[in-house]
Order: sequence, then C-alpha cells, then structure tokens
Amino acid sequence: MSVPAHRAEQDNPLTEALERQPVHATALVIFGATGDLARRKLLPALYNLAHEGALPEHFSLVGNARSELSDEEFRESAAASVREFSRREPDETVLEKLFADARYVSGSFGDDAVFQNLATVLPELDEQAGVALNRCFYLSTAPEFFPVIVRQLGTHDLARREDAEVRVIIEKPFGSRLDEARRLNETVLSVFQERQVFRIDHYLGKETVQNVMALRFANGMFEPLWNRNYIDHVQITVSEDMGIGTRAGYYDNAGALRDLVQNHMLQLLTLLCMEPPVDFSADEVRDEKVKVLRAIHPPARDEVCDMSVRARYTSGNVAGVDVPGYLDEAGVPEDSSTETFAALRLEVDNWRWAGVPMVLRTGKSLARKVTEIAVTLKPVPHIAFTGEGSQGVRPNVLVLTVQPNEGVSLSIGAKIPGTRMAIRQVQMEFLYGSAFLSQSPEAYERLILDAMRGDATLFTRNDEVEAQWHIIDPIIAAWQAMSGPPAEYEAGSQGPAEAQTLLGADREWRMI
Amino acid sequence: MEDDLSPGAVSDTVWSARDTTPAAIESALRTLVTDRHRENDAYVAARALNLVCVVDEQFSGEIANRLRRVGRHHASRTVVCSVAPGRTTIDARATVASEADPRPGEFSLMRETVVVSVGERHLPHLARIVDPLVVTDLATVVWSPHGHRRAVDSLVTPAGGARPVAQCILLDSAGEPDQRDALDRVCTLALHAAIVDLGWLRVTPWRERLASHYDPADRRPELATISKVSVRHGADSLVSGLLLIGWLIDRLGWRPAQLTRHGDLLRGHARSRRGEVELRLEPVERMRAPGLSGVEIRSDSGSVLALQRGEGGLTARRSERDGRQRSWTVLGASRGEPGILGEGIRHTLLPDATYAPALAAARRLLA
Repeated sequence: MSVPAHRAEQDNPLTEALERQPVHATALVIFGATGDLARRKLLPALYNLAHEGALPEHFSLVGNARSELSDEEFRESAAASVREFSRREPDETVLEKLFADARYVSGSFGDDAVFQNLATVLPELDEQAGVALNRCFYLSTAPEFFPVIVRQLGTHDLARREDAEVRVIIEKPFGSRLDEARRLNETVLSVFQERQVFRIDHYLGKETVQNVMALRFANGMFEPLWNRNYIDHVQITVSEDMGIGTRAGYYDNAGALRDLVQNHMLQLLTLLCMEPPVDFSADEVRDEKVKVLRAIHPPARDEVCDMSVRARYTSGNVAGVDVPGYLDEAGVPEDSSTETFAALRLEVDNWRWAGVPMVLRTGKSLARKVTEIAVTLKPVPHIAFTGEGSQGVRPNVLVLTVQPNEGVSLSIGAKIPGTRMAIRQVQMEFLYGSAFLSQSPEAYERLILDAMRGDATLFTRNDEVEAQWHIIDPIIAAWQAMSGPPAEYEAGSQGPAEAQTLLGADREWRMI
Repeated sequence: MEDDLSPGAVSDTVWSARDTTPAAIESALRTLVTDRHRENDAYVAARALNLVCVVDEQFSGEIANRLRRVGRHHASRTVVCSVAPGRTTIDARATVASEADPRPGEFSLMRETVVVSVGERHLPHLARIVDPLVVTDLATVVWSPHGHRRAVDSLVTPAGGARPVAQCILLDSAGEPDQRDALDRVCTLALHAAIVDLGWLRVTPWRERLASHYDPADRRPELATISKVSVRHGADSLVSGLLLIGWLIDRLGWRPAQLTRHGDLLRGHARSRRGEVELRLEPVERMRAPGLSGVEIRSDSGSVLALQRGEGGLTARRSERDGRQRSWTVLGASRGEPGILGEGIRHTLLPDATYAPALAAARRLLA
C-alpha cells in the first residue's frame, strides 16, 4: 500500500482509505434560510455533518430571507432549529461553533441590495479563512424565485470566480410544466454551466434508493431475469397515510402527479430499468437514466384516459382516526379539482423492457405509508402442484422496500409441511436494518456534502428533468382539459377502484 | 457477567444451564430466536456481526458496562467467554433481547448474548467451544481486553491449519506497558487476521484533518517538503503517536530510522525524497482520555500547521515564514471512549488498508 515517493507531489496520498474524504473550504449561502425546509432539514443536516467532522476545515454559512434579523438572531434561530429537528441530540459546543460566524443578509430575492451585500460578505469570509472559498448557493425558496435568484447571481457577478468553484443547488420542483422547466433551464444555463448546477431530488440521497443499483449491478442472480422475458410487470408505490396537513397552498397547485410522480417515482423507475453504467461517475449514470426516460413515449391526448387515473380522497378513517376529505381540508378551494392520487401505466420501449407494464401509483390518506418497487416475474410455464390444500403456485415477486422497513423480499413457493404436495407462497426477507451496524445518514446530509464536493451523481441533469416533464406534461394537459371532478376514494382505503383498470383483468395491485 | 448488553432493552428471553455443552447452548439459542419470532414476526434477528469477548470473570461487569454504552454499534450476537482460573465445567446463560416493542408495520431487532463461563484450561481449545455458538457466514471479531493470548490464538490461528473462527481482532494498543512488545504482538496477529486497533481509531480525526489541510492542489507540494513532525500524546498512548507517524512515513514514502529516548521524549529522523524529517514524540500528563493531544508539522517553506485537541473539535493554527498566522476550529464532536469502542465494532466490517503499513512503519521506529 506504500506510495512511491514521486507520487507524493501529485496526488494527496493522505486520503487513501479515509471514510471522510476532504471537502474544499466552502461558503454555503442558503436563500430561504428561515423557511421550513431550511429549519427542518438543511440546518440540522449541516449540524450532523459538523458533529461527524465531515464539514470542510473552513466552512462559512450565510443565510438570506426576507425577515429582518441580525446575524446574532439568525444564529440563535439556526441553533434552535437544530435542537428541534436534528436526528441526534446536539453537542452544544459544536453547535455554538458551527454558527458562531454565520452571517445573515436580509431582503427579498429581487432586491439588488441583497446581492450587493453578498458580494461584500463573501470576500470577507475568504479573507477570514485565508483561502478562496468555494461558493454553494442553495435555493431553498418557492420555485417562482429560482430564476430571479439565478439572474441576480449572474448580474452581480457571483456565478463564477477564477480561483474557486461556484455551485448552485436548486430544490424541487424544477418547473411545473415542460415549457417552464425548459425556460428555467435556459435561465440557469445562461448564468451557470451545467457542471455547476445541482438539482435536488432528495429521494436519490436515500440509501435504499441507491441500493436499487447495488442490488441490480452487484448481484449476478438478478441480471439474467431482468428483462421482458422473465418480468411480467412492475409496480411502484409511494403511498402516504397522512392527508395534506397544512400544505394546501402548495399542494392544491401541485397535485400528486407533480409532487411525486414527475420526480421521485420516475427516478425510481429509471434506476430500476437503466442499463449498467460503465462506472458510477455522474454523467455515466445520468446518461443511462436519460435513455430510459427517452424510451418512455409520452401519451397522446386521447391515450391519457386509458393509461392514467386521478382521484382525491373523501372523508374516512385512517388507522382508527376519522379524517376529513380533501375538499374539507383547511385552505383547499371548494372548486378544487386537484388530484391527491395518481396512477399511471407506462412502457419503456426498448429491447429489454418492451411490452412490460410499469405501473406507478401515489396517493395521500391511503391505508399505510409505504414506498416500494414490486417486480412480478412471469408464472412458471407448467404447474404440476394442484393437490388439495395447495394454495397454488403464484409468480415470484421481488419487492424492494424504500420505506418504512428498508429491505428486499422475494416471495417463493414452498411445500406446506405434511404428507401432501401442497404449495404456499413464503417470503425470503432481507432487512437493511438487521444487516449493517452503520446508520444511514439523512438524505440531505449526503446531498449537501456531495454538492460541496462537486459530485453530481445523485442530482438530476437538465436533460433528465426535461425528459421527465416530457412524459408528464401531456397527462397534466389532458387532466386539465377534462370536465368534472377527479374520481374519489375513501381516506384510509387502498385507493380508487378505477386504478384497477390500469392493470387489466389478470393482474392486481399489491395491498398497500 | 450481566447478559443483557443492549441499552434500554425492553424485553428479553433467557435460558441458562450448568455443566453444559456448546451443542446444548447452540440449540437453546436457536429455540430462543425461533420462539421469539413465532411470538411476533416483527421480531427480527440482527445479522451483521459476531463478537467474541474473552474477559476475566472478576472484571466482567466493567466490560458489560462498556459494551452497553457503545451506542448503536452492537454486534448481532455477542459470545462472552468469562474466564475463572479454576473452573473445570462450562456454564452458560443465553439472552435474546429487543430494544423496543415493535410498532405496527415496523420491526424490532433481536440481539443475542451468550455468557459462557469457562476455566483457563478451556482457553487453548476455546475455538471448539465458540465455533458452534457464532452465526455461520457472519464476520466474527474477537476482543480480549484482559490478555488471554491463548484464547485469541485458538480463535485466530487454530492448530493444524484449521479454518479460524474469528477473522478480525479488536484490540487497544494504548495502555500496553511495553510498546515494542505490543507492536510485535499486533504485527504477528496481523499476519493472520484483520486488526481493528482502538489506538488507531483515536488517530483517525487527526489523519482526516491532515489529509484535508494538504488536499488543495496548491498545498499538496508541501507534503514533499515536510521537515519536522511533532506529536504530543497521552502518557498511555505512545502507540497512537507512533501509528500517526508510521502512517505519514508510509503514505509519504519516507525511510525511517530508529527513534531514541531522551528522558520522556522519543526523537529521531526519517529520510524523505527531499531531505531529512525530524520526528518527535512527547507525552502529555493529565489528559482526560487516551489518544493524541497535539500534532505539529513544519515544512521547508517555513509554514507550520499545529492541531490541538479542543472543545468542539480540533483547534488548528497555521503560521507562515513571514509571521502571518491564522487559527480556526475544525468541528467535530468527541466520540468519547464508549464511542471509540462502538466505532471499533463498526470498523470490523470496514477494513482499513492503511493500518498494516502504518503499523509496520511504527514498529521500525522502535526497532
């Protein structure tokens, strides 16, 4: 393992085998630093990185929001957010030091003074650190402000620097329609180069989502079966048992299709269907994912009814608690036609997957909270086990559960103990929680660190986002053109009966 | 030895027997796990790692306390061999514990602990007792904080070329009275098994900070111009200091000469491509925990990087030849000694390829 002496001058031989690789000194600017996402996720993620010694040796935080706060008030507010939302009890000394030099720039995103202040504050931070800090601008704001902030960064010459990297992290949703996403991409890429842009889909930061790739490409037993010859269909489910809570303002504009299908669920589908990348570098992985998205033909207007179902929940009972229907939720307009449930049947038209239905469903106020991918194999060609007491030979189902119990299970037929040759389905289960000693980091911890490192593998590229919208856009347009309200399902149920039509007579949805 | 090592265990199932056999213990364990799962299928056996602890019976309570405080890094099955000098028979007590009652739709991990009371006469053949008790196909680590070399040898280097029961040894090179002997012993063990040394893990944050400091492209050339390395270490942690310097020697391709003692100090030189590197190890009294207290690295350019253990992380100071100086804190919470043991257990599944060469270099410093 020794390093030849001549190499010591080129590489950094000290990084070999370290769990925490160095991250260049960075100033992180959070726009929307007093908002819900920052308080619940971003600031606690920064604390946990600091706790573990994973932040760069020079790290500076600058917050921006409209609230009038002093630096000191922002520091106190940030520390309070960590105490309330961190996954671990904070070490007060680390917490105090993390935010001790944090700066706050108040003002609205369209206000030139904000960016003029930033242009003053950031060089001061360089001066304090004694190095040119990389700059990461985190857009944790409402989406209508993304182009505003990006343009301001360009106008005030904050998007590039000679002696360090500048990166921009953009939260979801990236557009609400294809044309909007394209315009946003154009704006972003008129100011930044693609390699500087990190579009977040926090699902990709989840260990179990990354494990879809590990399962497929690190295990020889699956690959021979992973195609149209052996797989009957795929079901991807993201169900929630909660209603919309206090998010009516956002949710009624977005709906289930934009909120979860366009981003998270299509990402799961690409990971499941992509070809093995040459390596796991950002562009190799994303190239393969884009190929999957491009192989999904967007539906024509008259096809949408046959390949999609939209619905909303009515009052019902979830886990023993009576809950209101969507239209009775606080803040939802009486005439809303927003869907809280969306289901689609897609096909990936390529050599590997042609003809295999990929059905996706997501909904709120369903029976249970679960995120899973279920891959149902084709039945065996001949069934010899038809004896009395046999429950029949059913197709094998491989289920990749993302939450709550992250793991993999495979249903297989086994002989029921006794004198008869009777068969029943049993489960072979693997639970991530039982097999590893390490705890999974929060998705945002991983993603913030990756962005600071400049590793874009787990972020969405411009063509990927547009390819996702290319599939979803015609569905939104068709749904908007439909007269009448969406179908209905009772809160706490398995979802609308209409969803069954997507699977046809021979298949059924898995129980949520 | 108390047999429930899980912190905050809410329920457990116990079996015990006197003058028993490994086969009977293994059978009882299997029944305990199966019964528990049958009672509620949300109870799931953890299956990550076997930990075999060999401890003196009289200090077994202290070891149980240490294991209880390792945080989330518990082995799935812990086999505690509690050694009493004159014992001739084997007694055992097996416990299956869960940390929480499973909530609907979720699972609760079960962890198994077996305390096997043995005598010294059993130690040369301890592998024969332990082998049936570990979960097949899981990595097995042995930790023997009270010595018992014959037990470790039995588990790691069985006679007759048999396959070893343990593939990894957890040890703490700090606190050994004779450092040369300690390093020799670890070097020998490293020929047969992976080593996780708590003395090495205490050095990890220092390694990370040095790697990070010299990572920017404009600073990497300084690595080739290092002229002096000074390490201050706890009085019981000389080996940690030697391992840090051994790591630099290996990673930077230096050729070390033997250190010499000057009172409490150890001093010496290594040869780098550009010239001589002065090495210095100095003990520090009254440290609150084992490990390093400070590291200072000088380069030919006149720059000095000094890292110092502090509250909330390491305090760093960099001085330049022209007198400019800058200080900052590199954030990181103390893991504490229980945390280090937990990290040790976790690292048994994450072998560190840089340890063995660092160890070999450290050994050469004391030749």
